[in-house]
Amino acid sequence: LTTRAPLRWEVARVLEARAETATARTLVLDIPGWHGHRAGQHIDVRLTAPDGYQAERSFSLASAPTVDAPAITIERIDDGEVSPYLTEVVVEGDELEVRGPIGGPFTWTVRDGGPLLLVAGGSGLVPLMSMLRHRAREASTIDTRALISVRTPADAMYRAELLELGPRDGLDVRWTYTRAPAPEPGGWSGRVDAEKLAALGPGPEASPRAFICGPTGFVETVANLLVDAGHDPGRIRTERFGPV
Amino acid sequence: MSPPITRGFFGRRSDVDPSRVPPGQYLTHDFPVLSYGPTPHTPLDEWTFTIDGAVDGGSSWTWDELMALPQEMFMVDIHCVTKWSKLDTTWRGVSLDTLLERVDTEAEYVTAWSDGGYTTNVPLADLTDGKAWIAHEFAGEPLAPEHGGPARLVVPHLYFWKSAKWVRGLTLTLEDEPGFWEVNGYHDYGDPWREQRYQGD
Repeated sequence: LTTRAPLRWEVARVLEARAETATARTLVLDIPGWHGHRAGQHIDVRLTAPDGYQAERSFSLASAPTVDAPAITIERIDDGEVSPYLTEVVVEGDELEVRGPIGGPFTWTVRDGGPLLLVAGGSGLVPLMSMLRHRAREASTIDTRALISVRTPADAMYRAELLELGPRDGLDVRWTYTRAPAPEPGGWSGRVDAEKLAALGPGPEASPRAFICGPTGFVETVANLLVDAGHDPGRIRTERFGPV
Repeated sequence: MSPPITRGFFGRRSDVDPSRVPPGQYLTHDFPVLSYGPTPHTPLDEWTFTIDGAVDGGSSWTWDELMALPQEMFMVDIHCVTKWSKLDTTWRGVSLDTLLERVDTEAEYVTAWSDGGYTTNVPLADLTDGKAWIAHEFAGEPLAPEHGGPARLVVPHLYFWKSAKWVRGLTLTLEDEPGFWEVNGYHDYGDPWREQRYQGD
């Protein structure tokens, strides 16, 4: 049997809180004993009310795995219990209990190779951003295509940083806007469909490693589209989320 | 040592009996989906369910044979390691007691395996005496593919990753052999009431 040290709860301090969009916020954390993570992993956050009531949720790490202080990006869900607290109440210097990193199948390192196909719905971009930051830090030129589905340009998190990363060195990042016209010439609007995925590439003959993250229906649709297009299901990894 | 109070956090209390919600869980009325890969779609005429491994002669059922076995309706609370719990879920399926009835074994563990390559390990004793089913209906409808249809294991007293979607068989083993999530750091047993989420919990 594999034996591992228990994942202990640690008291993390919020080093920085910055808005990514009107509804999403990044918290940069100082976590005692942190030894880095693998791109795609998450941490658990535990909040304790004055009467001892606790709420726990998982949040994907957005930061590059080893160099940066660990950072999570949280999308506020209006009727959520934890995300409104993390996006609106927490200030720099606050303390949160966390443990991790957690997660194995939905991870990637440049040593795994490519090509890489990343498809994000909304804040499903967060774990994929860790992969893209890792790739950039490693100065990798692995063929990487990313398609990010958002409602409007204002909902596109990390957009400035992604526009600095590419298109170059094998990276091609595109957005599609489901509720607005594309601001960039030749940009896409509407839902992710077979045509967009075919235009993005790489096709199944290149056997890309695919990572899809987003709301349940989005991930189900995109994964089915890739399988129908001939991609090997064994090379498609999915992560789905609901409201928190 | 009691955990530190989180400044400015008060939380929302659900109005249900707290004895039904394990520590660290919140209630949902949705049915979230968590799978690490695409949803497999095996046609029913190719579907079989097999019990093999450390047994004297294995058993296998076609879909029609499974449907011909005694069916049970059951209502259970389910608890996902990603923190959601869902109460009073209704299912229909075949009790593992029925499927294991004629199985003679020294095995104490089971590896459930699924279309798509998923595996999970469960002690055999946790699958018997009315504690587990092969379910093919949820809320009165055929079980949807994204929720594990055509059939999934349902072991409601353990975290729901033990309730393998798209289940196709049980392999009985003499030793406990960690499955897919278990080798990825998740707990070998997974009791939600003891909050056994990860290895070492």
